[in-house]
Amino acid sequence: MKLSGWGRYPRAECTVSRPRDADAVGAAMSAAQGDLIARGNGRAYGDSALNPDLTLDMRGLDRILAFDPQTGQVVAEAGVLLADLIETFLPRGWFPAVTPGTKFVSIGGAIAADVHGKNHHAHGSFGGFVDWIDILGADGEVRRTSRSEEAELFAWTIGGMGLTGVILRAAVRLTPVESGWIRQTTLPAPDLVTAMALFEANQQATYSVAWIDCLATGAAMGRSLVMLGEHATLADLGTDEAADRLMQKPRGKKTVPIEFPAFALNALSVRSFNALYYAKGRRQAGTALIDYDSYFYPLDAILEWNRIYGRAGFAQFQCVIPLAASARGLEALLGAIARSGQGSFLAVLKRMGVQDSRFSFPMEGYTLALDFPMRRDTPRLFAELEAIAIDHGGRFYLAKDSQLTPGRQRAADPRTAAFTAMRAETGTSARFQSLQSRRLGL
Amino acid sequence: MIPTVLVIGARSDIGMAAARAFAAKGYAVQLAARNAASLGDDRKDLETRHRVSVSLHEIDALDLDSHEAFVADLPGLPDVVVCAVGHMGEQKRNETSLQEMAMVLRSNFEGPASLFTVLANRMAARGSGTLVGISSVAGERGRAANYVYGSAKAGFTAFLSGLRNRLARDKTGVHVVTVLPGFVYTQMTQGMDLPAKLTAQPTEVAEAILKAVEKQRDVIYVRPVWQAVMLAIRNIPEFQFKKMSI
Repeated sequence: MKLSGWGRYPRAECTVSRPRDADAVGAAMSAAQGDLIARGNGRAYGDSALNPDLTLDMRGLDRILAFDPQTGQVVAEAGVLLADLIETFLPRGWFPAVTPGTKFVSIGGAIAADVHGKNHHAHGSFGGFVDWIDILGADGEVRRTSRSEEAELFAWTIGGMGLTGVILRAAVRLTPVESGWIRQTTLPAPDLVTAMALFEANQQATYSVAWIDCLATGAAMGRSLVMLGEHATLADLGTDEAADRLMQKPRGKKTVPIEFPAFALNALSVRSFNALYYAKGRRQAGTALIDYDSYFYPLDAILEWNRIYGRAGFAQFQCVIPLAASARGLEALLGAIARSGQGSFLAVLKRMGVQDSRFSFPMEGYTLALDFPMRRDTPRLFAELEAIAIDHGGRFYLAKDSQLTPGRQRAADPRTAAFTAMRAETGTSARFQSLQSRRLGL
Repeated sequence: MIPTVLVIGARSDIGMAAARAFAAKGYAVQLAARNAASLGDDRKDLETRHRVSVSLHEIDALDLDSHEAFVADLPGLPDVVVCAVGHMGEQKRNETSLQEMAMVLRSNFEGPASLFTVLANRMAARGSGTLVGISSVAGERGRAANYVYGSAKAGFTAFLSGLRNRLARDKTGVHVVTVLPGFVYTQMTQGMDLPAKLTAQPTEVAEAILKAVEKQRDVIYVRPVWQAVMLAIRNIPEFQFKKMSI
């Protein structure tokens, strides 16, 4: 069937198998002639979870197997979504320790992409809260891997984009919370320098992220709304919030009903939206209590929002620039984006903390992420942006990527050579490939 | 008093989705299937997510002699029973192999009817209970493409209708719900090219079942559009229908 990532670009005709348990995964793998990739809930944007020869749809492995209320450790199969964990455990006072901007990612996908969230500067990435992973390897054996057992395989699997084997189940730690409410503080920043200064000055905040206007130029270049967040404690809540403090009542969802025509999003509409959004943010600056969905997952409220980019789909650019070069790198990127006139209103800036891992995306510095509708000249724009990021020592988030070339990936991330060497040595390159790994020669 | 649901054919996608939906409402769950021990992880899932008690029970729907004992050995007579037992086979094989044909007829009709007979009589003696039979729109009219499966479901639908009538007329306090899911994305339909607007997810079927049990509905189509579709298909004159390929 025709499959794509969240960006709806590229699309590929893939043979799909949907196993329901670990045995069925093994059977599908041994029946396969060529290589394969496991796919979670399809939230990687590009071609990370596409393999025309065989894509394993892991959503059939969706069982939550155990929970320890003393430690907050949950054992779950790879296809369980963060949304399932929140639905199940928030009422008991637990929340994912790290969450990306959508709760519709699977545990397997979260590990494979080693996702990060708004607390990266304080708590690191998802992988830091994984206690163990069961992996089906190229040899058909299932291995329990952790920091003490099969530690090499464990380390490579976190951020390994599913290329070290099939993640079957994992133990992950949740964090205790007193409520599902977030105390959000919005700080307007009229330009990039102020935005970065606000991030640096608020390193003690649990969560921090900024919406950034990528089309603003001149003195307003990089104007942002920096949003800090803390899990609200009981003392923070008013009577209304306290009445359903762990959010047990279901709330509704909106869906984008149709694909927007390509002209719906253009430089003019985005520019006006951004100006209005910034003005509104500035007016409403200050502290407010908002529910976790609105804080962490504003876009999840609009199911299938990816359709606003029309049939051609979109690509997301996300890089991280090391701290020392962040200001210069971001300035150069914003300049190029503004000149292109193409940036979307969904642009995010975030300060990342120190991370030491084999192949994961994050490093200490600033990450910038934004969408571009797929057009004929999009690859050229990506080449330009990627070159700027590389010049400033930056690297790219493979979970978002559909545009990199082998050369740019290697130039951006010297760890790639060790990753491919590990793949060759363990025989995983013969069994596990995605369109992305083929494109980048991973 | 904690209510109990028995799901027969618990390994099926619809069966497991139903088990989850009832567990989410606080029902204790009895999962019945062949090789029930292999449902251990599903049991853990229900227990962990919903903190309800779950038991596993071996059942062979085709082994009629075992049905009385199966029901007698349950830890308690359930309040609600969902029967998701079924087998589609392959139409081409069903047309030529009498064994295959009989297997389809027995799995979709004889087995479920036998189990419901035992359960209905015990529930009637107790004076309460709801039986939910998963039948099929395929039973509304025999089509060349799947008439063996369709005729078995037609039999089951008629059985459920009659059983409901009997239990209501005799004021037993036992209710029967007939579920006609239409197309559903399951293992049974994997690889088929199904129209998205007519095709439900198992969770959608499960929610519809839960609602039908709460409201004591008689016959439900999971997606309302199917009611119109089947009305149209039922009303095509036979002389025309026989030449059609739908």
